[in-house]
Amino acid sequence: MQNTRQAEFADLKAHPPGLAKLFFAFAQMSLLGFGGVLLWARRDIVERRRWLSPEAFNEIFALSQFLPGPNIVNLAMVFGSRVRGVPGGIVSFLGLLIFPAIIVVMIAAVYSQYRDIEPAQRALSGVVTVASGLLLGMTIKMIEPLAKRRSPLPFVIIAAVFLALGIMRWPLTWVVLTAVPASIAVTVVARRSRPS
Amino acid sequence: MSGTGHDLTVLALTFVVLSLLAVGGALSALPDMHRIAVETQHWMSDREFTEAVALAQISPGPNILVVTLIGYHVAGAAGAIVSTLAMCGPSAALAYTVDRIMQHSRKRTWPGVIRTALVPVAIGMTGASVALLGYSVDKTWTAVAVTLIAAVLSLVTRINPLLLLGAGALLGFAGVM
Repeated sequence: MQNTRQAEFADLKAHPPGLAKLFFAFAQMSLLGFGGVLLWARRDIVERRRWLSPEAFNEIFALSQFLPGPNIVNLAMVFGSRVRGVPGGIVSFLGLLIFPAIIVVMIAAVYSQYRDIEPAQRALSGVVTVASGLLLGMTIKMIEPLAKRRSPLPFVIIAAVFLALGIMRWPLTWVVLTAVPASIAVTVVARRSRPS
Repeated sequence: MSGTGHDLTVLALTFVVLSLLAVGGALSALPDMHRIAVETQHWMSDREFTEAVALAQISPGPNILVVTLIGYHVAGAAGAIVSTLAMCGPSAALAYTVDRIMQHSRKRTWPGVIRTALVPVAIGMTGASVALLGYSVDKTWTAVAVTLIAAVLSLVTRINPLLLLGAGALLGFAGVM
């Protein structure tokens, strides 16, 4: 299958990395990726290895982001499979996850030795205090483009989902299965009434 | 704590469903993970859940590894493996499938509509995760201030998030919050 997008990343087409190379490339990105793997993935795939142009990377990232699940894991799967088919996707997926999964369990085991010491508990709460701020920053970043569109409808959906999950603590399944169709319907109606 | 077949099945089913529902990235499903792990299944205390979130944040690799720790807590190494694969596998398979379909399809309207429609849902979910974490740690005004400062710094600077998390750990260790 010849697909048109392959043309966008010439280096990749000339020297497609093998399975072992994909595995270790994603392992390296995830191990360096303290505080967010995405930053390292972009640096590595676009700048260092020149496997993708910035545009091609953004395109794969946009797809990985709007689908459910961890973005970076989706990205590894999609990139790996474009390069080497399903086996390429699977080795990239495993390369990304195996070593960090082992390390996080080891860190948790070490922490469990100290978890009764109060300063250690306080340090970890401090981490979550900042983490909630980072997540808040991300939420605001996601809202920004919507604010420019001046339609109140997305904000109604944001508020409803937030209330249902954050305040009412309703199960995610029902919230998503209600909110997603509702949001799609609203989007379609909005597009029909204002074709541009 | 050793994993029984029942534990592993419940872990697998729980995270397979969350994998396909976690619109807007993995952490958007945190409130539901908390609801299931702490309130419904009683796998862990509220404090243990918060610790797992923090440990996944400071470890290398994707933050979704919080599910690895939940699985490990419930059913040891087998639980860790099952939970990680259940949370990451189905969504990766879906991403692969959609990517294949979109490469063969000229019709671009539907992905556009779905993408636009998913954005507000993802924002609401991420906002609920902020509320969940904030509720468990922002118990003093100093802590609230640290959360807000971290949010502002992440928006206006390109500072590495790990430095901010490290600063949070130091402030916590020093007993500032």
